[in-house]
Amino acid sequence: MSAAVAGLEDAEVTRGRPAGPWLQLWRRLSRKRIAMIGLAVVIVIYLMGITAQWTAPYSYREQDLTRGLEGPSADHFLGTDRLGRDMLSRVMYSARTTVIITFTVIVTGGLVIGPTLGLVSGYRGGWIDGVIGRIGDIFIALPGLPMLILINASLAPRVIEATAWLEDNSPLAGLIQNGVPSYLTVFGALSLFFWVGSMRIIRAQTLQIRERDFVLAAQAMGADTKHVIWRHLLPNVSFLLILGASTALGAVAGSELFLTWFGVGIQPPAPSFGAMIFEAGSVRTFQASPHLLLVPSFFVVALLFAFALFGDALNDAVRAR
Amino acid sequence: MAAYIIRRLLWLPVVLFVVSFATFSIARFGPGDPVSVAAGQYRDPEVLERIRAERGLDGSIFEQYGRWLFGDLYPGGSGGGSIRGDFGESFIQRGFTVNELIRKRMLISAQLGFLALVVVFGTGIPLGLLAARFSGTWIDPFVITSLLFLTALPVLVIIPPMLWLFALQLDILPAGGWGGDGLAGIFDVWWIGGVIAVPIPDPHLYMPVFVLSIGGIAGVARLVRITALEVLTEDYVRTARAKGITEAAVALRHVLPNSLLPVVTVIGFALVGILEGAFFTETLLGIPGIGRFSIEAVQSRDYDVILAITVIIATAFLIANLVIEISYTFIDPRVRLGEAVNA
Repeated sequence: MSAAVAGLEDAEVTRGRPAGPWLQLWRRLSRKRIAMIGLAVVIVIYLMGITAQWTAPYSYREQDLTRGLEGPSADHFLGTDRLGRDMLSRVMYSARTTVIITFTVIVTGGLVIGPTLGLVSGYRGGWIDGVIGRIGDIFIALPGLPMLILINASLAPRVIEATAWLEDNSPLAGLIQNGVPSYLTVFGALSLFFWVGSMRIIRAQTLQIRERDFVLAAQAMGADTKHVIWRHLLPNVSFLLILGASTALGAVAGSELFLTWFGVGIQPPAPSFGAMIFEAGSVRTFQASPHLLLVPSFFVVALLFAFALFGDALNDAVRAR
Repeated sequence: MAAYIIRRLLWLPVVLFVVSFATFSIARFGPGDPVSVAAGQYRDPEVLERIRAERGLDGSIFEQYGRWLFGDLYPGGSGGGSIRGDFGESFIQRGFTVNELIRKRMLISAQLGFLALVVVFGTGIPLGLLAARFSGTWIDPFVITSLLFLTALPVLVIIPPMLWLFALQLDILPAGGWGGDGLAGIFDVWWIGGVIAVPIPDPHLYMPVFVLSIGGIAGVARLVRITALEVLTEDYVRTARAKGITEAAVALRHVLPNSLLPVVTVIGFALVGILEGAFFTETLLGIPGIGRFSIEAVQSRDYDVILAITVIIATAFLIANLVIEISYTFIDPRVRLGEAVNA
């Protein structure tokens, strides 16, 4: 008996405090070199975007018409575009746009609206579940792309009006000049569609967890819905939240590209990868000055590839539990 | 099970109703008045009013929707009404009904989408099995990583360089467009000695089918790989090996069929991906399909075409999902539809 206790104590001492689930997840993930490379690429591109304001060599709108369509040089590392704007600075500010759009859409749609509805829907069941599920059906059934274009085209003038009103009636200034309305429009339209996926994943998991003993025990002790969801369900679906968000990141970044390409996304002169690719998108332009397309494409593909690699490894690490 | 299917089928028209009304109101509240577009240089308010009434754009949005939905069953409406599958006359292309405008383009997109689907599963399944077979060697991560790279190539980014390379530099593929009506769009016939007909896939197909399929292969391959790896650890595989069956027979008779079952579930996802890709591929490559047409309709505000396409795509998608869900119960009898919700 005492030997067994001693053995237990030994184990305690040698192993130390057992690692928390997040630390375990990180350890599994950090063993995968490809995942770490992906993560590093994402971080580098995001840092480029976040720090663009201070580190970009030129402004994104600074034109020099005498030096248009130049290849890489000492002044302009990645050359200049048709209007003589520095490509490197344009890329950095475009990355900033991607950071803003992905961050806002993922935080609202992927991490707040979707999971909240999924948790409530899965835990409460009944008519609440029915209503939320059917609303999700409707959003899934809508052909996403033409809908986004249509919504953005209808929404944009109203958002601009609202922003103008805000500028007139508050100390805020320069919102329209900086293209804030188009960011708001893209953000609004995308988050309208990007909550359904995470809602469904979280709901499915919640259905399984709510039958487990610890939830029943909490209910038996008189815990209310809010307590059960916050303290018992949320911690058990949190890995899936991260997983869902990481898969949606690439999709959101890609959608900005498509919307801007069709002229309903980020409005020029505000910089974005979609705008850069659109300006360079014809075959003749590509033949004459390939760097116009190759430069933004390189960063876009690198970012999307990095998201895919990291998401894939994260998926393995989460499911390996 | 039957009750579940009936419940889902009853729900279908409700979803379509909401989808069509939502699209209807978004389109109506958008900028740009189609009536002033149609009126051209005439700015006479009387003319505008007459056009508005002619095209069913007067009255409240509910009245307009009622006329669109019920046609001549609704006071002041004309035609069969969308509820009976008659989407009326095109707003911009006068004299053409929406149905005839859509039908031909739908056929082209369906052919293209079907071919892309065949390529996605035709390459995804073998590559997934390959990765599982060589799990633990460099081949497995190499295959999966390469496929993930293909998913990271947006259509907008790869089409211009592909056109430049294959159409301008090498001049081996057409720069876009579509081969012809019906089967002529898919097959060219080569006559050998004027006697033997050899069908060759039309060169117009190669670029769009390639571009449409590259995004989906990774998903299929990953799923097949992971199921194959799970199946390999099952008891019946161990039993089969213990009986002394050759490894090839184990792979063919036990592992292969069982790894393919879950693939059915991703057909829906693959279709959505192909559909989304079609909007750009068709626009950039000048293919007269439904994807390109719907973008044109959104840009020219051809209301009735937008609505018809939205409703048709939503219907097709809802039915496809239902069929896939039901087919899954036949493939895997352990799945019980409907009951899972209450579990």
